[in-house]
Amino acid sequence: MLIAYPLVFAALLFCVGIYGVLSRRNAVVVLMSVELMLASVTVNLVTFNQLVAERSDVLLTGQVFALFVLAVGAAEVGVALAIILLLYRNRASVNIDDADLMKY
Amino acid sequence: MSVADAFMLVIAVLGGSAALLVVTSRNVVHAALYLVIALLAVAGTFLLLGAEFLAWAQVLVYVGAVVVLILFGLMLTRAPIGPMAQSNELGKALPVGVSGALFLVLVVLILRSFGNTTFTPRVVTAANLGELLYVDWAFPFMVLGFLLTVSLIGAVVIARQDEGEGPEPGLDFDTEQLPEVPSETDATPSPHVQHTAEVPAGREGGGA
Repeated sequence: MLIAYPLVFAALLFCVGIYGVLSRRNAVVVLMSVELMLASVTVNLVTFNQLVAERSDVLLTGQVFALFVLAVGAAEVGVALAIILLLYRNRASVNIDDADLMKY
Repeated sequence: MSVADAFMLVIAVLGGSAALLVVTSRNVVHAALYLVIALLAVAGTFLLLGAEFLAWAQVLVYVGAVVVLILFGLMLTRAPIGPMAQSNELGKALPVGVSGALFLVLVVLILRSFGNTTFTPRVVTAANLGELLYVDWAFPFMVLGFLLTVSLIGAVVIARQDEGEGPEPGLDFDTEQLPEVPSETDATPSPHVQHTAEVPAGREGGGA
């Protein structure tokens, strides 16, 4: 398999995630974009792990790292949604431009 | 072009277009559902790369749990579910410029470095990964479990509604949209009295 395919796919996911973080104002959509970026990172980790493992029969450390990224991403979603809920309760809005209490 | 290459192309096109729809869709619920397709495409990529345990973990954790959590978040925040106007200070050009330029740079670099590199993915079973995880990575794995516990408790603590907490007084609010706070003083005490009166009678009957 050509290794460029998964790498370009991961790059596409990452750039789409950056576009979402920069352009959307809804906090939940921003969170989804961050999830896309995390997924692209795990794709990269697994791809390079397979490449390196084929060349020099090393351990599967890349996949262990990908698993850790998966778990940390799940924890991040839980805490982030709690924060968004709190923001909504105090400001009645999930627009991230409204969360400007510490801006200046 | 091998079969794996063809599958990878199909998955990449599907996942990439679903990801684009996630960030461009005006309807937030649709965006969450497109996120399912994008994450399933990532799981399919894992399968093609031979990482079968990671693929199923991705399906279980992300498609099963995270997206449901996001949908619950949308429901609880009563976010503008319909089409919403995106007030945007950054404008349209900056996000497109930054992400497009980064994508171009990444693609050029990938093709220059790995343009012709091929590899045959080695299938990594759950047994391989589990042995590694519980022997070499046992301590980090436990720390990870601890982190998950801490984040769970933290999320509950953050989202709990404290006494007297609510909207800031300065903000003009549509009070209809706020979640209702159940106040204990309003509750009529009569159901409680009835309930407590019934319980001992039931216990006596059960004991006899």
